[in-house]
Amino acid sequence: MSDADQKLVDGPVGVHGTGPGPADPARPPGGAGLRQRTSPRPVWDEEPGVAGKGAKAVALVAICLAVLLPLYTIVLTSLSTQATITRAGGLVLVPGELTLEAYRQVLSGGVVTRAVLISVFVTTVGTTISMLVSVLAAYGLSRPGSLGHRAVLFTFLVTMFFGAGMIPTYLLVSSLGLINSWWSLILPTAVSAFNVLLLRGFFMGLDQGILEAARIDGASDWRILGQIVLPMSKAVLAVIALFYGVGYWNAYFNATLYIQDFDRMPLQVVLQSFVLQGVDVPGQVDVGSGQLAPVAVQMAVVVIAIVPVLVVYPFIQRHFASGVLIGAVKG
Amino acid sequence: MATNTRPAAVAPQPAGPQGGKARRKAPTAVGARPQTGLRARLRRDRSLLLMCLPGVLLLVVFAYVPMLGNVIAFQDYSPFTGFRESPFVGWLNFQRVFADPAFWHAVQNTLTITAFQLVFFFPVPIALALLLNSVLSSRVRVLVQSVVYLPHFFSWVLVVAIFQQILGGAGLLNRLLRTAGFEPVDIVTNPDAFLFLVTAQAVWKDAGWGMIVFLAALAAIDPALYEAAAMDGANRWRRMWHITLPALKSVIVLLLILRLGDALTVGFEQLILQRDAVGQGVAEVLDTFVYYRGVRNGDWSYAAAAGLVKGLVSLGLVLAANKIAHLFGEQGVYQKA
Repeated sequence: MSDADQKLVDGPVGVHGTGPGPADPARPPGGAGLRQRTSPRPVWDEEPGVAGKGAKAVALVAICLAVLLPLYTIVLTSLSTQATITRAGGLVLVPGELTLEAYRQVLSGGVVTRAVLISVFVTTVGTTISMLVSVLAAYGLSRPGSLGHRAVLFTFLVTMFFGAGMIPTYLLVSSLGLINSWWSLILPTAVSAFNVLLLRGFFMGLDQGILEAARIDGASDWRILGQIVLPMSKAVLAVIALFYGVGYWNAYFNATLYIQDFDRMPLQVVLQSFVLQGVDVPGQVDVGSGQLAPVAVQMAVVVIAIVPVLVVYPFIQRHFASGVLIGAVKG
Repeated sequence: MATNTRPAAVAPQPAGPQGGKARRKAPTAVGARPQTGLRARLRRDRSLLLMCLPGVLLLVVFAYVPMLGNVIAFQDYSPFTGFRESPFVGWLNFQRVFADPAFWHAVQNTLTITAFQLVFFFPVPIALALLLNSVLSSRVRVLVQSVVYLPHFFSWVLVVAIFQQILGGAGLLNRLLRTAGFEPVDIVTNPDAFLFLVTAQAVWKDAGWGMIVFLAALAAIDPALYEAAAMDGANRWRRMWHITLPALKSVIVLLLILRLGDALTVGFEQLILQRDAVGQGVAEVLDTFVYYRGVRNGDWSYAAAAGLVKGLVSLGLVLAANKIAHLFGEQGVYQKA
């Protein structure tokens, strides 16, 4: 992984080292002449048959649809009127009459609104704390041979191979008085040794000459970290922050374990009880008026739980390249 | 991960103290670092140590103290008496765990899911990576990658909810089946289909993401190898067999090791979300067993003993798998520094 560290910033995984290939061999034939000229296919590689190309295109389209189709129908249903949903008999595939009513109801105060605010709070505070602690620890561990280096590194490594287990952790959180407190959703998962080591690997791969020069000029480690290392590491920091942020936003079980009042539950728990268990959204759905199917409200809650991920994802997705991800998937 | 075993190339250690010129007491000879006294090293490295402090503190409190908390596995613990007052009972809890058919049932369910996913999940990212790698247009590759990575960032609650909406009794699939005049199928609450359901969910959520490692390994292959093989008359399949797959070998071994070390862990949130729908018969795995026995039923010491057994066996599995990898000449997860 070390060699890849420098290259992990930006750029898709270049497979044949091609530039932007304007031609699209996976698409069914058409404009073949143009494709011949601009094809990035190396000369020694034989052209696959029509059947092979067709099968490949079908496979790629099917894979993408398997991901996108469920999302499409859920978003569409959340935007549909009761009449459209009734006519479809459930999830809507063909757009009919559209309305924002479900979102207006869900977000006009009440359980879901509160859960969203709680999740936003936990995610922002948690990610901030996690990033601060992880960046500091990663830099602190980035110079082998420094005092206590091996012992501290070992402290982090051990937690990757042996977890204390759910019961003692629960008893600890409870004896610290954190039950029913949002801190119980943040502190126990605040440091991921894995993310710290990932960052550390990146910091160690930076040009040490620059850091050395700064050190000779009398810069303290705090200054080197803040003014040299961090500006050079924006991409990897964004990726790690995404990992932490998504972790906090998506966490479900810790909340059912540590939080007792339904009023204090984060969004994932509310999503679970409304959508999976079909509990009515209290004070949200006006059953009497019959204006809105609970299905639309349910799907609106699903969409609200996805949206933050969808919003952040494109900005950080472009940083996903070999280096960070080789390590990341191992986690 | 090799981060801790990085060669010394990245560590051109500064010879002198780093506290800034002004604070330098006595000039230190170049290359004298190993002889530097403890106090000088402390002065030089104290900011580094200070930086590690918050992380170490959090780990000590939330990872190491609970490790010690496992003493309750040897006690007859009750929340009212606490750690100090609860009587020690030796290995009694472990004897209870090992004599409990419910425990072995959970172990069996766990290993069944692991084995099933090893066959039906593990190869999917490899196949996906090979497919995507054969696409020449980088625009299509990037597009497909962005799409298939996405579900990895969805929560398990979302994934289970989506599957319920699509495959559930009143879901999209059954509605289409009914309109087409077929019998509806029960997938979401059918214990017999549970293995397929959890594996399908895992594939939908994580197979795309799992592809990344393999794509990176594929990108690292020298194209000259393919060219030379093609010149020698190797066709597409021969090239895949003799060049591509050997290049993926060490990544595959590495991921197999990690999976083996995690053999006793199968998507806890995923299972606990669906345990009630399909019943404990198939959905009770070790982690859910520990949770229900301990937190739900209050049999703390028993659950802690079961959890400790799981943790220790997992640790043993990782170490053993890594040893085997070394024997086969692979890098493994870690090496001796």
